[in-house]
Amino acid sequence: MRVALFITCVNDTLFPGTGKATVTLLRRLGVDVAFPRAQTCCGQMHVNTGYREEGVRLARHFADVFGGYDAVVVPSGSCGAMVREQYPKLAPAATGAVVPKVYELSEFLIDVLGVTDVGAYFPHRVTYHPTCHSLRGLHLGDRPLRLLRNVRGLDLVPLPGAEECCGFGGTFAVKNPDISAAMCADKVGNVMTTGAEVLCAADNSCLMHIGGTLTRQKTGVKIMHLAEILAATEVTEP
Amino acid sequence: MNSRDLILARVRGAVAGAPDVEVPRAYRGVTGDATGGATPAGGDRLIDLLAERLRDYRAIVHVVPEAEIASVVEEALTRRKTGRLVVPDGLPPAWLEREPRDREPYDTVGDDPELSAADLDGVDGVITGCAVAIAETGTIVLDAGHGQGRRALTLLPDYHLCVVGAGQIVAGVPDAVARLSPERPLTWISGPSATSDIELNRVEGVHGPRTLEVVIAR
Amino acid sequence: MTRTFLGMPASALQRSFPSNAAKAVRDSQLRFNLRKATHTIRDKRASVVGELPDWEELRQAGKAIKDHTLRNLDRYLVQLEEAVTAAGGHVHWARDADEANRIVAGLVKATGETEVVKVKSMATQEIGLNEALAAEGVTAYETDLAELIVQLGDDWPSHILVPAIHRNRAEIREIFQERMGEWGRPAPEGLTDEPRALAEAARLHLRERFLSTKVAISGANFMIAETGTLVVLESEGNGRMCLTLPRTLISVVGIEKLLPSWRDLEVFLQLLPRSSTGERMNPYTSTWTGAAEGQEFHLVLLDNGRTHVLADEVGRQALRCIRCSACLNVCPVYERAGGHAYGSVYPGPIGAILTPQLRGLDSELDRSLPYASSLCGACYEVCPVAIDIPQVLVDLRAKARHPRAERLGMAAAGWIFNRPERLARAQRAGGRLRRFVPKRLPGPMSAWTDTRDIPDIPRESFRGWWDRTGGGDR
Repeated sequence: MRVALFITCVNDTLFPGTGKATVTLLRRLGVDVAFPRAQTCCGQMHVNTGYREEGVRLARHFADVFGGYDAVVVPSGSCGAMVREQYPKLAPAATGAVVPKVYELSEFLIDVLGVTDVGAYFPHRVTYHPTCHSLRGLHLGDRPLRLLRNVRGLDLVPLPGAEECCGFGGTFAVKNPDISAAMCADKVGNVMTTGAEVLCAADNSCLMHIGGTLTRQKTGVKIMHLAEILAATEVTEP
Repeated sequence: MNSRDLILARVRGAVAGAPDVEVPRAYRGVTGDATGGATPAGGDRLIDLLAERLRDYRAIVHVVPEAEIASVVEEALTRRKTGRLVVPDGLPPAWLEREPRDREPYDTVGDDPELSAADLDGVDGVITGCAVAIAETGTIVLDAGHGQGRRALTLLPDYHLCVVGAGQIVAGVPDAVARLSPERPLTWISGPSATSDIELNRVEGVHGPRTLEVVIAR
Repeated sequence: MTRTFLGMPASALQRSFPSNAAKAVRDSQLRFNLRKATHTIRDKRASVVGELPDWEELRQAGKAIKDHTLRNLDRYLVQLEEAVTAAGGHVHWARDADEANRIVAGLVKATGETEVVKVKSMATQEIGLNEALAAEGVTAYETDLAELIVQLGDDWPSHILVPAIHRNRAEIREIFQERMGEWGRPAPEGLTDEPRALAEAARLHLRERFLSTKVAISGANFMIAETGTLVVLESEGNGRMCLTLPRTLISVVGIEKLLPSWRDLEVFLQLLPRSSTGERMNPYTSTWTGAAEGQEFHLVLLDNGRTHVLADEVGRQALRCIRCSACLNVCPVYERAGGHAYGSVYPGPIGAILTPQLRGLDSELDRSLPYASSLCGACYEVCPVAIDIPQVLVDLRAKARHPRAERLGMAAAGWIFNRPERLARAQRAGGRLRRFVPKRLPGPMSAWTDTRDIPDIPRESFRGWWDRTGGGDR
């Protein structure tokens, strides 16, 4: 099986650690993952901000880059949902073949590899935020939680109001800053009630948003992508 | 162009070339059972469900053998100290049979000739039958037929006593829609008048009858 | 297209959604009221929807029935007209708000009456009927408790189902005490803020009015083409009062409220109550066909921009809406911004797609509405007729005019993303300049850094690491 990593532009540029962790994890599970260097961005920012033509161009580019692989792994629920939910409406002819082969990381681990225990060790108190596009776009369900529950040493605490949006929403955070900040403040409040050391999610964009508030408020709570926790095997500092 | 023709022309222009749509009706239909189980419609289970769902709306509910309807009705009217009771045409007289007692009897008022709104506002209660009752939703449907009267009769008095026969109870909404006739003015009643307009908390009792009492005959 | 009127004061229309919302989000009383109310109803809805094993099948049927109706709307409207007329009713057609208001005012004046009672209706809110009638010397009395609160408080509705959701019990008590006397029977002495007492005050205030008023105006939740039947769902009994007691009944209904057959009610009478008030069934539903029980009945069919929406392949799904308001109750943006920020009688997610389609994207406010969402998808999930609100929002965003700075930024990003080597170069530049990125950003990006830190830009991008190490092998 030829497996490609779609790193996403946000991870590539701002969160390379998530990409490295994804590669480490997949190799540990015996997957020889390729990184097609021609990849750039799924086009979500353009489409969701109202620049459809540019988005369609990027969707076609995505199909060109990944068309030859059997599976494409994305460590992002949001970009995964963009491909799976929006490409069929934007550029059905060009992307029809590649779309069904795209998997968010936890889907790939559980549905394709059939693994729920990835052999990770992470002795910390963690709470998980199911981001909107993971939850309502891709319908990941409890896949990330099943993976986290099998991490040795990890104390998983439920997040109150987990299903509510953190207020990121891409350009929403800039176009409607007051509402976005109010939503984030409520999310942070909920995170603080859990007493968790680490807030985990399958999307770095949402984590960047919540994390930006967590550090601004000097809460001491760290953010970590799901891949980074699943890649940890020895005592890893969060 | 007149507005009728203009609107119709706009509609035709707007949908020209759009594909039509088949309606999938995979939901529980007319033969469906209220709780999705395999039990046949009717019977005690539906009666119990109807009673439970009506009580959820804070209706007062009695489930009695048919022979005891009159005594339950009399007890209810005595308890409420009903003075004047509207009785629509065609109400089974057996429901109102009374044994001589030492209490003050209530007066019955008919609607022929029609009572004025003010008259109706002045009576204490109304007793009716119904057309259909829906177990799953705790709903009673009146169709202004025999023993129910026109719509205002069950609207202005503050107390509505409704007698439901076991054979009138259906499992779900599709069964009720199939049994009812659209030519008749219908009133679907699910509990007493209520509002959720203040902080979205349900409060029983606004403009319609503030007390709904239901006698279900087994 | 002439600008469609949607029943809101000019003041609410002058500012964009973000600035309206910024004001609302700082009103702690409003925030508290909205949070409490929306969370209450959200939980109730989830519980009664969860009871039905076939909810998804009902939802798909509801969606398909509406789509089929819209596709054949011309045929069904004509069928409805025939059926209503055959049952002794009179049918009128109104292309816009002005025409609808003129028709209704004419019908009321023909009765010689100067007062009408009203059932809560979105269509008459939308066309500003009360104001139009007042200009003709006719007083319209709202009888729904929440509408009464709004009317007495000289206020604007902020929710589809519960127009006074922004008011709490203490505020309602104050409005009743101060204003009921000006409109009719004053509030009882010693009125408390107990919801039961407030409901009782409304009952007493309106009772005499119901008994004496000769003309009523309503909307309708559904119209059945096959039979000519109209359907109104309500809770309090004020609807029954208006529909039953007056001699003349005038119903103003949007043309999209049609259902083909009587049987279709078996779907919608399950979808609507559970989605709106979160009850298995609302307390009262009335259905009538033509001139019921000797009443004079007029039906005014309203276009007011609907055919314009119908012409849009993506946007027309908004016409499936049955006004349940589940999308408002679950929306994190609505919960914090409140309904007034949307500048329309249709607030929340459905308003964000309906208002700009009905009114156009000409004003700053209407252009900002498609962006009044984080695209979290909660609205689509709860919609009983499966309107893909995020999809329509994104589609409208593509139609709206964009600010120049944003256009330039998006073009630059697009240029970079079109070639991976450009992206790599930009990342290397970012890595070199990382120490110079300030904690507080200027311009539009300050909106982010006002409350949030920006992440540290890494020295090396992922692709830089991959190139250097061969994916960690070297």
